Amino acid sequence: MQRIGVFVCWCGSNIAATVDVVQVAQALAKEPGVVFATDYQYMCSQAGQDLIGAAIKEHGLTGVVICSCSPRMHETTFRKTCQKAGLNPYMVEIANIREHCSWIHKDKPTATEKAVILGRAAIAKVHLNAPLTAGTSPVTKRALVIGGGIAGIQTALDIADAGFPVDIVEKKPTIGGKMTQIDKTFPTLDCAACILTPKMVDVSQNEKIDIISYAQVEKVQGFVGNFSVTIRKKARYVDESKCTGCGLCTEKCPQKKVPNEFNLGLDTRRAIYIPFAQAVPKVATIDPDYCSMLKSGKCGVCAKVCAAGAIDYKQQDELITREYGAIVVATGFEPIGMDKFDEFAYAQSPDVVTSLELERLMNAAGPTGGTLLRPSDGTHPHTLVFVQCVGSRCDGGEKGKPYCSKICCMYTAKHAMLIRDKYPDTEVYVFYIDVRTPGKNFDEFYRRAVEEYGVHYIKGMVGKVTPQDGKLKVQASDLLGGRQLHIDADMVVLAAAIEPDKSARPLATMLTASMDTNDFFTEAHPKLRPVESPTAGIFLSGACQGPKDIPETVAQAGAAASKVIGLLSKDALTCNPCTAQPDELKCNGCSSCENVCPYGAISYIDKPFRGPNRTTLIRRVAQVNPAVCQGCGACTVACPSGAMDLQGFSNKQIMAEVDAICR
Amino acid sequence: MTYSYFPGCTLKTRGKDLDTWGRASMEALGIHLEELPQWQCCGAVYPLAKDEIGSRLSAVRALAAARDLGTPLVTLCSACHHVIKRTNYDIRHDALFRDRANNYMAPDTAYQGEAQVLHYLEVLRDHVGFDTLAKKVVKPLTGRKIGAYYGCLLLRPSKAMAFDDPENPTILEDFIQAIGAQPVFYAQRNECCGGYVTLEDPSLSQARAGAVLHNAAAQGADTLITACPLCLYNLQKNGGKLPVVYFTELLAEALGLKEVPV
Amino acid sequence: MSQWTDTIRQISGVDPRKCMKCGKCTATCPAYDHMEYHPHQFVDMVTTGRVEELMASKGIYTCLTCFACVERCPRSVEPAAIIEAVRLAVIRQQGGNHMTPDQIPGLLDEELPQQAITSALRKYSKGG
Repeated sequence: MQRIGVFVCWCGSNIAATVDVVQVAQALAKEPGVVFATDYQYMCSQAGQDLIGAAIKEHGLTGVVICSCSPRMHETTFRKTCQKAGLNPYMVEIANIREHCSWIHKDKPTATEKAVILGRAAIAKVHLNAPLTAGTSPVTKRALVIGGGIAGIQTALDIADAGFPVDIVEKKPTIGGKMTQIDKTFPTLDCAACILTPKMVDVSQNEKIDIISYAQVEKVQGFVGNFSVTIRKKARYVDESKCTGCGLCTEKCPQKKVPNEFNLGLDTRRAIYIPFAQAVPKVATIDPDYCSMLKSGKCGVCAKVCAAGAIDYKQQDELITREYGAIVVATGFEPIGMDKFDEFAYAQSPDVVTSLELERLMNAAGPTGGTLLRPSDGTHPHTLVFVQCVGSRCDGGEKGKPYCSKICCMYTAKHAMLIRDKYPDTEVYVFYIDVRTPGKNFDEFYRRAVEEYGVHYIKGMVGKVTPQDGKLKVQASDLLGGRQLHIDADMVVLAAAIEPDKSARPLATMLTASMDTNDFFTEAHPKLRPVESPTAGIFLSGACQGPKDIPETVAQAGAAASKVIGLLSKDALTCNPCTAQPDELKCNGCSSCENVCPYGAISYIDKPFRGPNRTTLIRRVAQVNPAVCQGCGACTVACPSGAMDLQGFSNKQIMAEVDAICR
Repeated sequence: MTYSYFPGCTLKTRGKDLDTWGRASMEALGIHLEELPQWQCCGAVYPLAKDEIGSRLSAVRALAAARDLGTPLVTLCSACHHVIKRTNYDIRHDALFRDRANNYMAPDTAYQGEAQVLHYLEVLRDHVGFDTLAKKVVKPLTGRKIGAYYGCLLLRPSKAMAFDDPENPTILEDFIQAIGAQPVFYAQRNECCGGYVTLEDPSLSQARAGAVLHNAAAQGADTLITACPLCLYNLQKNGGKLPVVYFTELLAEALGLKEVPV
Repeated sequence: MSQWTDTIRQISGVDPRKCMKCGKCTATCPAYDHMEYHPHQFVDMVTTGRVEELMASKGIYTCLTCFACVERCPRSVEPAAIIEAVRLAVIRQQGGNHMTPDQIPGLLDEELPQQAITSALRKYSKGG
């Protein structure tokens, strides 16, 4: 018989205001095996923990039940407390009487009754608990960063700075991400390229960092500290080790009509290309969709002009498999498509552009050399209308996103200000629903646009844009002025909502990392663990976790790096001892468990068993790799013969809890 | 090929030209429009009130009849199309309405939204094909500059109507090209003509119709086409010199079925 | 909160509290110049319980029911359905009909399609 101690926490008034904690302690004291029961204001405080430790020693407790908050919050705390007092940490059970009880009930007698029942279930479970010992697993001291934008770059640099090797996998031919396409940054108006490109060079020159560009993650196996990742390095038909980045091939290639994705299709590039002058790695890539040599075997101009002999039309995709201790997701964002918002005539007129397209139209390295010209006729625009929240803050999700994209208010203020500064003969209108400027020097920046630069901020929305007679007829509301406005604009700029990159969803599946309904990666705790995925060993950096501006992204990238460094500094990790274990005598070899295991922890072996009359039978039975098993319990449910059981959460323990609740 | 056909009240009286030339043209294209037996008025206006069941029932009857015949239900009048297509959408998506309508009508087989509602133009686009239509044109309307007037009811709300891009539709322009004419794009082509308030507030419907016609004329249209008798009436009554005709009239002209007016 | 707010919500099936007050409905409304209250105000006044003022307003009869606001609303609020619900709240009252059959002969002309009469009676009177 166990000697069980019960500790009921008030959690200040969080629990005590709704649950009669004294009554709970008294009721649970009468449960079989309970030799001590008490309540205390904050069980997690030092005094509370001392109280538990003293009671373990004084009453010779063999099991402990804490009635408190969720085990997600303080299970580890109380396990450590008990361990210090000489008890096996897995002899501790938490009854969640806060999130599951006091916070969701209003009536005190009902909540008290439920708290007693929850405590009773935990006591019933502890009776069947057995001491468990956690094993350890080694840590591969190398990190993988998926995505080479500013988030991935900062994370990689910080990890490398601590002395650990890092690989960056980037799907585009160059690292740099969205920030390379941005002209100026708010609220300081410094040039994005001027602050980004030195970092890109740092990455390329850092001996600890390996850039795997034009590549994508294909397969992820293993677990925290011991990931094995297969990366597909796409054929770029250019030998990276030979190419000097001279760019001659990109001038001589006869295929000139390829939409240039770096300039968002506003101009064209060749079939062999280097995305932009400061690309890292600065090597050429052949676009197989447009190269006539690859498509029809006719041409070969680039190979003829290449002095380095770097062109290789026969190059194949390459699969690289490497081991990592930690993985950082930095897959970033994309502006949403504007095809469902044709009331703004995006598909009908080239003079209706998205804000990112406007960045290219204002950038010295862009298609117009930095002079703002209308895409339709190359003339100077005099009247510009900015539309905010296009696809953000929408209901339903069919047309847009339910969230605020966060960055649009500020970049629009920046655009409006820059245009008014450079072209004082323009009239600039910004239609807004709310102007959101939480950030250092952000509201001041927006006020400058209004007060110093004379940007017309109008609370209201554009209802319809119609191209006509070379103008864009804008029909809008001015809610504060109580007017419907009709503006003849030369250009309309849409602040398109941002969404996670399309590659994020399949990647999340490979990583078994959770996502929200908008495909942003979920953090382990929204406040206290914002850069970690709930899946151990997976970390989050930048806009893949939610809309972010550059300073926030860089801050989060650094935070993710420090978490990775903390992990890689360890020589071994303590495993979770609550893993699955098959009863080989019951196992019928059906493979159901193997099929449902999301971690690949289960395999089958042929094993000799003693049969009747001294015979030996070879039977196929399940085997669990405890280092890989995460203790999710899927196999225990799938097993038709009841052979699979989870240590610490055995079928018997769960049934005992259910019985206690139903009693 | 035979389709069920719901002409609607107006097409039997004031809107005969829409109906007559529509049927004749379809016949020439190899599709027979079989009038639904004992059809009733669709109600002319789709009730936005969620608690109004009765005014949607005649549309449900038409839908159930088409389901029983096993052929798609073709409509031609924009208003009928709007009412019947949206009612079908409601039957499919609003369980309370579906149950109440079926409980009230008590048909032999409950109507669950099985029927397919097609506008005449959708049949041309998706079943005949504008390329095929173009090949069957014998008197192309070469040189004509025609503005498509969509109005509201065919396009919106796009979730239920699923007819064309509600902001940048092309079906009528593609039709105009198929009959050999040149489509004229103008801003007001999918903005309201004010037809619904023609009895309530004539000044508003005049203002709206004027805006549509002025805009189309300024862009060089010599004729407007529509699929809606109320739009046609409203635009003609409040218009200037710009002729407004049913699209089926031009279709019949192009197919050589109707005399070209001098 | 007016008792009418719930009535309007029931008739329209729309929750006006979903409105984020962007004003796109008003930006898009082709009857703007003919209404004393505009679509976003309709939604707001229903939310804040000022339904009686709307019921007395002429604007509920000048809505063109063109669905431009319904199509373009980013929050699926359907202002047109709210306006129709306010109109019905008036019409469904005893003696609340805005148009009666005896008015019709005076409004007819040779070319008027009957759908105009049917729809007007349906929109402006009870049991039309």
